[in-house]
Amino acid sequence: MKTKRYILLSLSLLLVFAFALTACGQKPTEETKPAATEETKPVETEATAGTFLERAYAGEFKGTAVTMTGPFTDEDAVKFDNSVKAFEDATGIDIQYEGTKEFEATISVRVEAGDAPDIVDFPQPGLLKTFVNQGKVVDVSTFLPQSSFDNYNQSWWDMATMDSPTGSIVAGVWQRFNAKSQVWYPKDDFDAAGYQVPETWDDLVALSDQIAADGDKPWCVGIESGAATGWPATDWMEDIMLRTTSLDNYDKWTTGDLPFSSPEVKNALSLLTTLWDDKYVYGGREAIVTTFFGDAPTPMFDEPPKCWLHKQGNFITSFFPAGVQAGVDYDFFYFPPIDTQYGKPYLVAGDIMAMFNDRPEVRAVMEFFTTGASVKEWLAAGGALSPHKDASLDWYGDDVERGIAALVAQSTAVRFDGSDLMPGEVGAGSFWKAMTDYFSGSIDMDTALSEIDASWPH
Amino acid sequence: MSKKPKSAKTKSKLGSLLVNGILLLIVLLWTIPTIGVFVSSFRDPFDIQTSGWWSVFPHKEWVKIDEFKPADDLDRDSVMKIAGVSGTFAEFRAGILKPDGEKVTWVGNKRLGMIQIQEKKWVTRTKFTLDNYDKVLSGKKYVIKTSSGATKEFQGDNFSGALLNSLTVAIPATVIPILIAAFAAYGFAWMQFPGRRILFVLIVALLVVPLQVALVPILKDYVKLDLNGTFLAVWLAHTGFGLPLATYLLFNYISGLPRDILESAFIDGASHFTIFMRLILPLSVPALASFAIFQFLWVWNDYLVALVFIGAKPDVQVFTMRLAEIVGSRGNDWHLLTAGAFVSMVLPLIVFFSLQRYFVRGLLAGSVKG
Amino acid sequence: MKSVPDAKEKPTNILEWLISNLAGLFISVAMPIITFGVLIIVFKWLRATTPNTMTEKVLVSLVAIVWGVGGALILYLISNKVVEQLPPKWVKLLQPFIFVGPAVVILLWYLALPAARTFWISLFNRDGTQFVGLSNYVAVFTERDMLEAFRNNVLWIIFGASLSVIAGLIISVLADRSKFENLAKSLIFLPMAISMVGAGVIWNFIYEVKDVADPQIGLLNAIMVLFGGKPQAWTALNQPWNNLFLIVILIWMQTGYAMVIFSAAIKGIPEELIEASRVDGANELQIFFRIMIPYIMGTIITVSTTVIIFTLKIFDVVWVMTGGQFGTHVIATQFYRQAFTNQNKGFASAIAIVLLIAVVPVMIYNLKQFSGKEAF
Repeated sequence: MKTKRYILLSLSLLLVFAFALTACGQKPTEETKPAATEETKPVETEATAGTFLERAYAGEFKGTAVTMTGPFTDEDAVKFDNSVKAFEDATGIDIQYEGTKEFEATISVRVEAGDAPDIVDFPQPGLLKTFVNQGKVVDVSTFLPQSSFDNYNQSWWDMATMDSPTGSIVAGVWQRFNAKSQVWYPKDDFDAAGYQVPETWDDLVALSDQIAADGDKPWCVGIESGAATGWPATDWMEDIMLRTTSLDNYDKWTTGDLPFSSPEVKNALSLLTTLWDDKYVYGGREAIVTTFFGDAPTPMFDEPPKCWLHKQGNFITSFFPAGVQAGVDYDFFYFPPIDTQYGKPYLVAGDIMAMFNDRPEVRAVMEFFTTGASVKEWLAAGGALSPHKDASLDWYGDDVERGIAALVAQSTAVRFDGSDLMPGEVGAGSFWKAMTDYFSGSIDMDTALSEIDASWPH
Repeated sequence: MSKKPKSAKTKSKLGSLLVNGILLLIVLLWTIPTIGVFVSSFRDPFDIQTSGWWSVFPHKEWVKIDEFKPADDLDRDSVMKIAGVSGTFAEFRAGILKPDGEKVTWVGNKRLGMIQIQEKKWVTRTKFTLDNYDKVLSGKKYVIKTSSGATKEFQGDNFSGALLNSLTVAIPATVIPILIAAFAAYGFAWMQFPGRRILFVLIVALLVVPLQVALVPILKDYVKLDLNGTFLAVWLAHTGFGLPLATYLLFNYISGLPRDILESAFIDGASHFTIFMRLILPLSVPALASFAIFQFLWVWNDYLVALVFIGAKPDVQVFTMRLAEIVGSRGNDWHLLTAGAFVSMVLPLIVFFSLQRYFVRGLLAGSVKG
Repeated sequence: MKSVPDAKEKPTNILEWLISNLAGLFISVAMPIITFGVLIIVFKWLRATTPNTMTEKVLVSLVAIVWGVGGALILYLISNKVVEQLPPKWVKLLQPFIFVGPAVVILLWYLALPAARTFWISLFNRDGTQFVGLSNYVAVFTERDMLEAFRNNVLWIIFGASLSVIAGLIISVLADRSKFENLAKSLIFLPMAISMVGAGVIWNFIYEVKDVADPQIGLLNAIMVLFGGKPQAWTALNQPWNNLFLIVILIWMQTGYAMVIFSAAIKGIPEELIEASRVDGANELQIFFRIMIPYIMGTIITVSTTVIIFTLKIFDVVWVMTGGQFGTHVIATQFYRQAFTNQNKGFASAIAIVLLIAVVPVMIYNLKQFSGKEAF
């Protein structure tokens, strides 16, 4: 009896399955997976004339897809999609970008498991370096035409060259960058109060004193950023380092050859400490570590302003309250030189695009990123600067960003964000943490600096 | 009940008052944070950032009744006399009380500041809006300047697609592990076999394995099986990651069932399989329901597993990814987060309410002797 | 039930035996094959399908549920049937594995093997190129950051785990005797339903700190200011006590879990038992301690075990609120940082293994309980 019942039961369940299958199987199931998961075909060398970009524009890769991932989401992803749209329309290549908040985790897992997307946008070269060391990244110099190389200052290519198991390779191309050596101020109120834009460090300190004497706090500072709390402080440190010591020392510092406990770094931190003082900072020194970096400039736009100066990369304009106008409500000035013998350097950071799967259409997209056209729409929309020589200053959406781009071009030296160049333990770890602990008052300067030195991986 | 003496009745009345009172207090304590966000989700973004959510209730606050520019020739560095009161700049900045209850405050710095006369008045900030919900549900709008100089509007993805994806992920990923775990729990509880102890310990130990360590090997296998990027991949992953808890919880419940029930069933000649299907499963409904709730919640609120195994493409994106995107690269869109938090809570609550009725007393009533 | 033929009988009349057992033979050979075939076809179909429209998605998830649950059920059914054809001795030996087998296989694949692999990696350097023995473990127990994380995890267990369990127990007992049981339980459960991102924002409205001169938008600081105090950065300063403010969030979220399970267990206490002791004159407190607690002891152990393990693994509360800054790192956030930010695979793996070892006492306790159980 019971056996019969079981057979009946299983048969009826099987029937359900068969039914479900036929019901759903009606629709032909086309293979909609992107070509990425297919076998990577070896790229035929010089089968057709022209660079990969030219071949793409000739329609050779029509119907293919290139997968991309990176840390930017939200409005930035919209801006990115908009800037590659013309390329997609012209070539028929579908660039599928997915941004994620857990970028570091997902990219590590996917690369290690052999499921890497075609192109990855790295906001810091440090993480990319790990993958290059493991030999997971395609050398872009093997296929990029000379015109791509000519479109950048050599220093960009130097920063993209990394060590792989097969020797030095060019690990990626720079699509856009962020300039950091500028101070923002509320222009209308600033002018109305009769303050002057400072040209030197002494002017800057005098201006700070003046604003303090007038009853306000001059500086808006906030370095809270979740797990990354402390990073704005590292930008300050780097800018001061560039202005108080030689470029050579700066480079040594980023590679670990100049320790944090050296007099140069100590001097920079002391200078920063004099400025990040209770009398200068809105909310007092304690507020520095607890204020979200994106909220920090907000009191500058209160009517009347509660603080007057804010040093931050050009991306910060997208955090400004809605409706404030560039050139009217706010403007910027160059973070003044401290010791004039070191010239007028500019601190930058940027996004490097690295390639993990070698297919002709991926090569075409990479080559596209070496042209100014790949960021043209983004420049118009604001929030990004172009490292390409063929990008025109006219493309910028507002005078402020155009002004920054021009200043970077005129600077005596361009240096990359030091913490981004340091190994993750330091540049995305102990450096942030030590700055946070130091400014929150839980450790003193010597302890902070020696803890960073101790964390440097061997 | 009616037979009870009167004193006991009043005593029990007092007891129930006490019980309800304490319960009310705890519930209130637990709910205040949520109420705050619920109120905030209907407030204007600017209000959210500049005043506490409790200011929607009537309260007294200083209100500006007059404002004027201080005389230019006023010496701001000494004691000044303004609007009938005198004091230093610092004192005016903090506000000086007039005898009639009004307050004279210097707003701004010495150069640009204004004098405000303020009075304490009853205020209720009741500027409510449904905008936050609208933005969350129908997608953010981005107005972006293009190279032609014109501005163009982009409509962000809406929530409904992501909610559907989340459901598609969550329901199978909740249902599938339950059955497997129930079988295993019964096996551990009531069947004798070699390796029983060691396997059970293994399951408890696996509870603590951080699932991040499993991501790389599993994804490697998925790449070989060509499973990555499919819903199936996520269902199986959630099944794997949810099984230790499911097995452990169900084991606790099933092993706690009275031994006599099973014994009498065995005497009647039932097999393990029959007992499991006919007796154990129906009796375990409360435990199955409670595990179903938890597993559904975890899957529903998961971000990392879905991200690694199906990715963030708009057509497969689950809602936690949308929520994270809404927070934005800026991380300060609190007004959208508040609304998003409530939208995302609706389904788990429906699941909770619909399964809550299975937590009933007396399932065992008929089967326990004496 | 079908009688299994004697072993002696078998060789004498194979044909007869075969005919009489045709049904059994069919079940043991054909059914599994057909079932596997169907399951694999559906598997392939599920793998190849990317549903796009609403109806397709609903349909595909339905098929998936039927495939998963139905498939599991059929597999159990059939393999059980097959085993039951065998001599009783074999049935007794093999049947348990049909019950626990699938779960064990899945767990091996998804968790046990990765854990073993993690142990292997933990013996190597950061990128797995050099065997370093136990030096990663030495680092785990000597680095200042790690020691801080251990200290914090102890705080989390002492305060977070115990208070969640106690609060869950008290609430479920109170709710059981209240008329508003469902409402109260729903409200306590509410925080569980909120995603961590949402919970982060909720607690920002409690802990947020603004300048003294500005209106406070965090409730706690508004209360501070109301009573003339100075606004505090609750989660950032006053280390290590700032950890307690993070732990409160965990208690808030986790109590619902404990409550739901306790509630189900309390419903299982026979009403007669409580009535009887009430008639004997026991007061409510005595009933709670003498009747209820012993009766649901097994559940208390289960809930405590899981809550302790959740707390040991605590990650997202810290990650969302402070990111581990201000001395709030815990073991899991350190693991994440080492694995992904620092790309130090060896170190990260060692942390994960230490987490596994930390749970050993809990396991031993559970094993004791387990040994007391007698099976059939």
